[in-house]
This record gives sequence, C-alpha cells and structure tokens, in this order.
Amino acid sequence: MDSRILRNLPREKAFYFFISIGNYTGESAASLKEFLEKINEVNAKSLEFHLYRGDFEKWIAETIEDKELAEHIKNLRDLSPTGEDLKSGLYRVVFRRYSELTSMF
Amino acid sequence: MTLKLKNNSLTLDATDLKILQALQEDARQTYTAMGKLLGIAHSTVYDRIKRMEHHGIIKRYTAVIDAEKAGAKGITAIMTVITDPKESEQVAETLGKAPEVLEVYTSLSEELQIIAKVVAEDQESLHAFIANSVAPMPGVLRIRTSIVTKKFKETQFSIVNDSKRLTLIKEKYNEVGER
Repeated sequence: MDSRILRNLPREKAFYFFISIGNYTGESAASLKEFLEKINEVNAKSLEFHLYRGDFEKWIAETIEDKELAEHIKNLRDLSPTGEDLKSGLYRVVFRRYSELTSMF
Repeated sequence: MTLKLKNNSLTLDATDLKILQALQEDARQTYTAMGKLLGIAHSTVYDRIKRMEHHGIIKRYTAVIDAEKAGAKGITAIMTVITDPKESEQVAETLGKAPEVLEVYTSLSEELQIIAKVVAEDQESLHAFIANSVAPMPGVLRIRTSIVTKKFKETQFSIVNDSKRLTLIKEKYNEVGER
C-alpha cells in the first residue's frame, strides 16, 4: 500500500465541489483527509451530483491514486443512495479507508 | 449639441452617430448609398468615416456569423465568478486569455463579481473548463453558471436613432468629456 494516498495535492489537482454543471460551491479538498471532512460540510445535492457522474471515483483513482477506495465508492453508487443516506454512506466508506491507511503509515 | 469623447480628441455630432448606426446595420453599403439614406453628400460620409477610423471610434469591420448555420455546435453560458477582491483583477485577466471566454466584465453588487460569457462544445466540456480551469484559480470563492437556452438579441453597441435618446446620449458623453 502506498503512503502517497495520504499526501497533500497542489491546488490544481484538488477536488472542487459543484452543485450542478458550472455551479461551484466554493468547497474543495486537496487531500483524502480534507475530502473526508468536506463530505460532512457540503450540501448532499453536491455529493449526489458528483457520485452519479462518477467524479469521486475518477478523482480518487486517478489523482489520489487509491483504486481500492474508488472501487468502494463505485459499490456505494450501485446502491443508489441519495440525500443524508448518501452523505453518511460516503463518509463511512471514506472514513474506514482513511483510518486503515493512517494506522499503517 | 455635440458628443465629446473622453480625451477630447474628436467631437461627434448627430450626422456621425447616424453614419455609425448605418454602418452597424450594413458596413458594406457604399458611401453613395449611405449618403442617399442620410441625405448628405457621399464625400461627407467618406470624410466622416475616415475621421472616425483615424480616431479609433470605428475599430474594425467584421462579419457577424450565424454559428448555428455555419455548422458550429456548442453552447453559450453566462458565468458569474465571485472572487476575493484582492485577486479579482488577476482572475479577470486570466479568464480573458482563455479561448472559451468571449467576454469578461467586473461588477460590484454585494460581493465583487466577474461576469463572463463562455462557449463550449457541450455541457460536459463547459463543466470541465470551469472545474479544471476556473475553480482552481486563486481568489475564486464561488461560481454560478447559467446556460443560454435562447438568444433574443446580440449586438455590440447600439446607437439609438431617436431624437430624445440621441440627446441623452450626447449629454452623457458631454459629462464624460468635461471630467
């Protein structure tokens, strides 16, 4: 397992939370830790927007470089959660993975 | 009453404004046709146009293309970027360099805003441009984007051929000129 997953990213590689096409909420995450924190802060509509476009999986797999977490998020998407269920479900998935990684490195 | 420009280098009168209006309607019409239309000699039209070109009032002659008929597919959006005032100038300048951005304006309401007209191939390209190139700019706080669904009017600068409105325009310009 790679400790790079927990690194801080430069601004241009951060995840930017949108509520719909072109509508940026002002929230962004430049690390897995920050991403976890933002799940609780951003509007559930923003989480829905990104989950069903596959944006989270893409960013986690390609930028954070954690294919395993990306797979967990994909599995969550397959359950079609919305609103607060999505928020708590996503938080749980990311928190579990983050805790696992931080206990290792 | 005449119309003075800011630097006082040229004074426009009603005839100049009428010529500008005629050019905006059809810049390819001849001096003779324009003179006939406005009731003045074609040589006057020529002189006035050359003078306005010389002073940069007429910046260039261009073609207005109907992008749809030309086969171009795409969408237009009006993007409002709320910025940190310290960074707004830089954000506006950077936006202005992007080929996707056609126009950029700053506006001050409750917060400092940058308003830009953006074109993209489709909604996905528009979102990718905003997410990858605009949101990460330092000083960008929030972005609101509205996709244009129907265009009712598009023009650059209107000269209103109405005696009352013309007077108002002239007065406004005189105020500027006297500052």
